[in-house]
Amino acid sequence: MKNIFLVLKREYLVRVRKKSFIVMTILTPLLIAAFYGIVVWAAVGSFNNDHKTIQVIDQSGLFKNQFKNDKNTTFQFTDEPVATAQKKLKGKEGDLLVYIPADILNEPKGLKIYAEKTIGPMVQSRIEKIIQKELRNIKLSKAGITQEVIEDANQNVNAQTYSLDDEGKSQSSSTIAAYVAGYAAAFLLYIFILIYGAGVMQGVMEEKSNRIIEVIISSVKPFHLMLGKIMGVAAVGLTQFLLWAILSFGVTTATQAIFGFNRFTATQEVMNKQMEQDDPELKKEMEKQQNGTLKVIQNFKESAESLPLTQIFLCFIFYFLGGYLLYSSLYAAIGASVENQQEAGQFTFPVMLPIISAIFFAQLAINQPDGSLAFWTSMIPFTSPIVMMARIPFGVPAWEIALSMALLVLGFVGTTWLAARIYRVGILMYGKKVNYKELSKWIFYKG
Amino acid sequence: MSYILEAHNIVKQYATHRALDDVSVNVPKGSIFGLLGPNGAGKTSLIRIITQITAPDEGYILLDGECLRTQHIQQIGYLPEERGLYKKMKVGEQLLYLAQLKGLSEREAMDKLKIWFKKFDIKTWWTKSIEDLSKGMQQKIQFVATVMHEPKLIILDEPFSGFDPINANLIKDEILELRSKGSTIIFSTHRMESVEELCDHIALVHQSKVILNGSKKEVKDQFKENSYTVNFRGVLSDFNPDFELISQKNGEEGINQANIRIVGQASVNQLVDNLINQVELVAFHENIPSFNQIFIKAVGDKMPVETL
Repeated sequence: MKNIFLVLKREYLVRVRKKSFIVMTILTPLLIAAFYGIVVWAAVGSFNNDHKTIQVIDQSGLFKNQFKNDKNTTFQFTDEPVATAQKKLKGKEGDLLVYIPADILNEPKGLKIYAEKTIGPMVQSRIEKIIQKELRNIKLSKAGITQEVIEDANQNVNAQTYSLDDEGKSQSSSTIAAYVAGYAAAFLLYIFILIYGAGVMQGVMEEKSNRIIEVIISSVKPFHLMLGKIMGVAAVGLTQFLLWAILSFGVTTATQAIFGFNRFTATQEVMNKQMEQDDPELKKEMEKQQNGTLKVIQNFKESAESLPLTQIFLCFIFYFLGGYLLYSSLYAAIGASVENQQEAGQFTFPVMLPIISAIFFAQLAINQPDGSLAFWTSMIPFTSPIVMMARIPFGVPAWEIALSMALLVLGFVGTTWLAARIYRVGILMYGKKVNYKELSKWIFYKG
Repeated sequence: MSYILEAHNIVKQYATHRALDDVSVNVPKGSIFGLLGPNGAGKTSLIRIITQITAPDEGYILLDGECLRTQHIQQIGYLPEERGLYKKMKVGEQLLYLAQLKGLSEREAMDKLKIWFKKFDIKTWWTKSIEDLSKGMQQKIQFVATVMHEPKLIILDEPFSGFDPINANLIKDEILELRSKGSTIIFSTHRMESVEELCDHIALVHQSKVILNGSKKEVKDQFKENSYTVNFRGVLSDFNPDFELISQKNGEEGINQANIRIVGQASVNQLVDNLINQVELVAFHENIPSFNQIFIKAVGDKMPVETL
């Protein structure tokens, strides 16, 4: 036991002191924060465009009063031929030319927008919306439907979703938050298992190719060495995860405080006002479209609180350890059996396959958290850590979690036993190309 | 005689190959014991059983009269033929780690290491990475790692490979000093001159069996041919049938040399009598076979040349 701890301690200290670990641990949350910042900045920045003039060639004559100027946009109607108007665009950055053909009512695809540079999706959809709405109104009134009926029919539907907790109390839940949390947790677990599993393999291979292995195992039982190493690397992974969690939280909060939400809400107000001037109808349309994203960001705190955060956190730790132990022992066995990276390739692929398929199953499970595929793949120990983490934010019955955890424990005890038997033979085997037949023989070797 | 290590009828079978076949070896306490044999004879297999890296299929091992157990790991120091250390780790940290694996506390390990670093004059290496040291320097560190916990039994597999003559001598002196402090050393090598110089007992393993075993004198007596080298002035011509002239050559300054074997029942004195009647004797000594000759003779022609 003491030796396992000594091995663990060495493994931990050596890895934690590595420059790459320190850089990765500090840089990743900064990158996340920077990414977050860029998203916010881009969202804010895209509404702060300079004033632009939009030339409209309306051959149909239906849209004379539909385009309204605001402080950033001026619409000018012109009768010039398209080619002449196009020439005028030269050198005027941000200006657009909209061409509406005469038979737009029958051929809506004839609408054309020209600009010197690419056209922003916001502007494009704004113009399209105006024309689409007008076309619909015209067609509806032709069919004998009055303006009042049309107004009345424009109902906004926006469901609030509730999940019932154990006491039958309804709790506001956000499917989107569960979706994001589930996917993030599953993906993080996937990355952790892959990176740290491979880390164990590298470590074992290093000891073997360094030839220090013989010195070490004349003092430590091979099984203890393997366990110590696996646990040491796990401790490194947990350290990194906790540091990431703390740093990301800190940096994100700081980013929000500095220029995140305040500016974001301010811009949104500006935008709302602007659109109200524009067209109250359009505003509603835009809102609906944007609510998806804006709501997530704005109400994220609220909906995140509806998630079982403590449960997610604790399960993440458990499934990380379980999944990692299961796979890293297999990786350790591979590292012990081969002498170089090239040879390792043929054995790592079958181990990586279930991990990679687990992330696919997790994607399916997010869309159907209670489906039978989601259920079974979150029970099988090889896929359960990743798939179960994807399901947990949606709420999983306690017995399912308990069963999945118990199976995972059995799973890693099994793989560790198997791996240990291969490991103890493999680490002393040099100059021999191994194959699966050989490996299976090792399992049954005596002490 | 009391033995630090007794191996009784050890058998180790790998899939298709029997690495050790009924091997019994006794290592006397306080000796330097040469474990000899050609490549692939089974030396490493035996060492790995003694160091508890693997277990024998049959037979048992006694260390200091007790059945070999996990706790005995602390009483054994092992320098494998293939040297290895963690390349990126600092010398000091690495030695502390290895010492703790051998059961020393951090404090004890520190105290012992200080003495060794002073002795080898390598104090400045403490914070260096192993990869920044030369091969010879790494070997020294590895030697320290092997003996720092003051084991009762030290197993050295080719300890001198990679050392220049000065450092090889330093290590040789250390081996002798460790012995004088009461350790027993098992010494596995192909280099017969160092066996000659250091070992007082040997066992020769060949094709998974022990074919020679005993003290230096016993083994040499077994291979003596009752032959003598004579340096003399004059001409040797007349020989009694009890004596056989093996070879004769003329040397410088009129001193010639002959190799003579006593074949019959005659004594050494009779040979000398016979000689002084004919020539003026300059020197006379018995031919004692070297371990090199014994090795070649015992192992025979099956031995590939390059491993000698």
